[in-house]
Amino acid sequence: MAPARTALPRLLCAGVRSARRWPGFLRKATPGPAGPSGRMLTGAPNPARSEPQDDHDLQRKILDLPLKHSDFFNVKELFSVKSLFEARVHLGHKAGCRHRFMEPYIFGSRLDQDIIDLEQTASHLQLALNFTAHVAYRKGIILFVSRNRQFMHLIENTAQNCGEYAHTRYFKGGLLTNAQLLFGPEVRLPDLIIFLHTLNNVFEPHVAVRDAAKMNIPTVGIVDTNCNPCLITYPIPGNDDSPPAVHLYCRLFCTTINRAKEKRRQMEILYQLPSVKRAEDSGTRRSS
Amino acid sequence: MAAPCVSCGRALSARLSLTVRASLARRPGHWKPSAVDWQMGAGSQLLKLIHTTAVTTKKNVPASRHEVYTEDFIKKQIEEFNIGKRHLANMMGEDPETFTQEDIDRAIAYLFPSGLFEKRARPIMKHPDQIFPKQRAIQWGKDGRPFHFLFYTGKPSYYSLMHVSMLHLYLIGSRWLIKEELEEMLVENLSDQDYMQFIRLLEKLSTLQCGPAEEEFVQRFRRGVAIQSKKQLIEPVQYDERGMAFSTSEGRRKSATAKAVVYEHGSGEISVNGMGYLHYFPVLQDRCEQLMFPFHFLDRLGKHDVTCTVCGGGRSAQAGAIRLAVAKALCSFITEDEVEWMRQAGLLTSDPRVRERKKPGQEGARRKFTWKKR
Repeated sequence: MAPARTALPRLLCAGVRSARRWPGFLRKATPGPAGPSGRMLTGAPNPARSEPQDDHDLQRKILDLPLKHSDFFNVKELFSVKSLFEARVHLGHKAGCRHRFMEPYIFGSRLDQDIIDLEQTASHLQLALNFTAHVAYRKGIILFVSRNRQFMHLIENTAQNCGEYAHTRYFKGGLLTNAQLLFGPEVRLPDLIIFLHTLNNVFEPHVAVRDAAKMNIPTVGIVDTNCNPCLITYPIPGNDDSPPAVHLYCRLFCTTINRAKEKRRQMEILYQLPSVKRAEDSGTRRSS
Repeated sequence: MAAPCVSCGRALSARLSLTVRASLARRPGHWKPSAVDWQMGAGSQLLKLIHTTAVTTKKNVPASRHEVYTEDFIKKQIEEFNIGKRHLANMMGEDPETFTQEDIDRAIAYLFPSGLFEKRARPIMKHPDQIFPKQRAIQWGKDGRPFHFLFYTGKPSYYSLMHVSMLHLYLIGSRWLIKEELEEMLVENLSDQDYMQFIRLLEKLSTLQCGPAEEEFVQRFRRGVAIQSKKQLIEPVQYDERGMAFSTSEGRRKSATAKAVVYEHGSGEISVNGMGYLHYFPVLQDRCEQLMFPFHFLDRLGKHDVTCTVCGGGRSAQAGAIRLAVAKALCSFITEDEVEWMRQAGLLTSDPRVRERKKPGQEGARRKFTWKKR
């Protein structure tokens, strides 16, 4: 849960526009000087000045409620070990390509081909999908990154379908680390980066893995047996070369993100947020 | 800024201060005068003005070639332009509502006559969109989320174009099913109209932006098209007044051109320019390797008659030209497989080698002059 704690304060800041003092234990968990305050938005007005206290409590309820459950969005039901097996997720590369740090995740080797342990994959996948859902629930920016040309188009379409962002093209040098210069002074960086292929076209670790770690952006990544899982916050050991496997991952991420966004909309309507109320007053009447 | 001017003579100070101020006003923002040096010429009232400027370039700022104009600034400029347009119309005594850009240009030329030769230096009054360079609007909303899903690539418009173009990638190199194939697939009889409707529907579906499921669906109805190499042109068979089948064709080699008429049934006689081939080509190499080779290759040595005319080139070039012409003419009497074999043997390819020109500084095309060490 430690990685989740580090990411949460920044996301809470991103959602809520007030300068709140975080409780001590959360503060301690945030790493380094480039903490949550670096990511806060400037210049955006407060939504409701008349009843700030009520607003605070509502926001608190909406944002804190999912954290009390271990699987609030029920991501476990989206997949099973059998479905992973049928999508050929357990197939790794040859034993010669094996990365040393992937050894714990490998079940064994059959005819010189590594087989990934699907039990571990299932648990890692559940954690990763749960985290993605929480990020999407808090209206975080999710960036899909991959440099595999075979699935470039599919991943861009997936990102479009969820309403999130994709980067399957040439990764320019200081995109994350020098974003202020490249985009503008008030750009908002992604809150989560999902790697569907951790390696680039020359079989080296993608630059974004290291840059995201530098910029304190949590990452979810599908790591194959020849990948380095070290810098990735939520690694998912699994096959990243077969089309059925990649299609499965795209489907899973798309479903979780849409589910989480839908849940957020429902919660906002349920708790009758002032911003939602104003939109409803100007639009149609709400049906109870 | 005007402080150094005070020390000079009063008569000159006003004029010089104007020039200094004008030169200072020319480039706003970056130019900071650190020192304006004055040199006193020996014993004369004339002062040489030397500007020593320290142009301070701002560091650690996004390298922008244009000035950054905010949206509010542009909006204000547009408002001022519109108000000014109405004032101008009033001044000229015309209707402000129907005052076009040409009227503005004419009015400005009338009110501010300028003798400058450079048209771009004359006073202008145009809409701010035409004066200030186009800027990219802010690409994210109030909550900070960018509008375009490819924003983080750095070039969203370009990459979205690439993304859309990839949709039609699978359409290249494939063709729609033909009616028979579709009937076979559906195990039903179809009419032509049914088939055309179906193809029209699939075409429409493929032009829409669709996801991978739709792509797969459409791809089921497309078949790959093998890229055919350049087909060998086969001469048509003609018949002369006696009913004999023959075919003609041309051939070229170096600067020799030949026209050959090959008769289907004959006794192996070859006449060149009215002479027998034995007379025309006394050299064995020409006769055997060039003239007779196409027949020898197809095992039809004594079965065809050839009449050909050739001009230009030399002995060997003419022989080569005839060979090509004869091989091309023979194509009309043989099977397609044999045509393919001839093509692979190189009988149907015209030899592209021509004489290379002599270059200056060398004795020939490649041969250099003798190199003498001393």
